[in-house]
Amino acid sequence: MKVNGSLHAPPLDPRRLLSDHLRHDLGLTGTHVGCEHGVCGCCTVLLDGEPVRSCLMLAVQAEGHEVSTVEGLAAAGAPLHPVQQAFHECQGLQCGFCTPGFLMSVVGLLAQHPDPTPEQVEEAIAGNLCRCTGYASIRRAVHRAAELSGK
Amino acid sequence: MKPPRFEYHAPSTVEEACELLGSLEDAKVLAGGQSLIPLLNFRLAQPAHLVDINRLPGLDAIYERDGGVAVQALARQAAVEDSEVAAHVCPLLTAAVRLVAHRVIRNRGTVCGSIAHADPASELPAVLLALGGHVIGRSARGDRIIDAGDLFKGVFETALAADELLVEAWFPASSGAFAIVEESRRHGDFALAGAVRASGRLALFGVAPTPVLADPANPGRGLQPSGDLEATPEFRLHLVRVLTERVFAA
Ligand SMILES: Cc1cc2nc3c(=O)[nH]c(=O)nc-3n(C[C@H](O)[C@H](O)[C@H](O)COP(=O)(O)OP(=O)(O)OC[C@H]3O[C@@H](n4cnc5c(N)ncnc54)[C@H](O)[C@@H]3O)c2cc1C
Ligand code: FES
Ligand code: FES
Repeated sequence: MKVNGSLHAPPLDPRRLLSDHLRHDLGLTGTHVGCEHGVCGCCTVLLDGEPVRSCLMLAVQAEGHEVSTVEGLAAAGAPLHPVQQAFHECQGLQCGFCTPGFLMSVVGLLAQHPDPTPEQVEEAIAGNLCRCTGYASIRRAVHRAAELSGK
Repeated sequence: MKPPRFEYHAPSTVEEACELLGSLEDAKVLAGGQSLIPLLNFRLAQPAHLVDINRLPGLDAIYERDGGVAVQALARQAAVEDSEVAAHVCPLLTAAVRLVAHRVIRNRGTVCGSIAHADPASELPAVLLALGGHVIGRSARGDRIIDAGDLFKGVFETALAADELLVEAWFPASSGAFAIVEESRRHGDFALAGAVRASGRLALFGVAPTPVLADPANPGRGLQPSGDLEATPEFRLHLVRVLTERVFAA
């Protein structure tokens, strides 16, 4: 499987979840794990460009596919990805636990709808839980991300 | 928690998948995994074998058949949501899919998986029932058509045999007036109760062990919904009346 552009062998144990494989076997701890039943959204990654829950996939299922995690958005030291930049500018995070999942969901949203309506934004982030921000700043950040990405 | 031990199979043809299901003891089909993997993670399901159907070719079509729309086993809920054929032939299906979970879940979850899973609070089994659709079960013994009215047997229980793969669900056109409404505590949650109208037919979900057809003039008759932390049986019966009014006002 390809993870952020580089090839990796899948794990030997088929019961390894994709989320655990990313974190424990590949050291990509930016993908967070909250609930392991699809509800919180903080484990969201892109599978062939579409956001999916990495806690609801076996790692072996990603064989032959491309996975992108939050680490793949911008290289260390490089300018932030437009979605990251927007969350930074709009204070779309406080503790940051939920943030990787929001970022990947929003990258997926903007790929599908580069100029999303407020309803599309709500719909896209409704599956991600944040205990800190109260969502208003996240909503603003998504619209800002669309602006920055359009430039 | 983490999944229990199981043996993993990833067949590359439908025939091979059916053979595996026919020969293995205690095997489960893995489709989108959006219901099954949580059950494994919490060890509420501990099958000895998983037969992953995600690598089966040519099983993800959404196409017009016999005046309705046929949805194959690997058609993701998101693909059905975006399908022009579905929107044109059976807009009720499009409306219902949008109520299932969140887009990110729908990117993996399948329509056929929702039906095979038969969660009593799930939208899609009720839509299949309201429209009078069917599914096709395939096994080494051949294909068989199971009508929606004969499919749902109990909580998480269908008439599909252990060796049968649900290869296709068929939804008749929603030609007359249609509506689906539900009440849930949070957006994207399973419904406390819901109602589907297809012309004069009414199906309810979340209020019995399976989706049920009901009399629009007296929708609560004979129902004994269960109570839980989110809703009492009385509240669910109240919702049945209110939601029925709403679908017939739509
Ligand atoms: C956060 C969250 C919210 C959700 N909210 C809703 C909701 O509001 N409404 C709703 O209806 N659902 C909801 N779901 C469930 C989701 O829609 C699932 O995708 C769906 O129930 C199962 O489809 P799947 O393809 O993921 O099946 P899987 O999880 O892979 O399988 C589910 C069951 O069906 C069997 N199965 C699957 N496909 C076949 C087949 N082709 N032949 C034979 N057996 C098969 C499996 O063996 C298993 O027992 C939610 C899930 C999550 C994680
Ligand atoms: S850890 Fe995957 S959705 Fe919560
Ligand atoms: S910033 Fe703390 S959970 Fe979202």
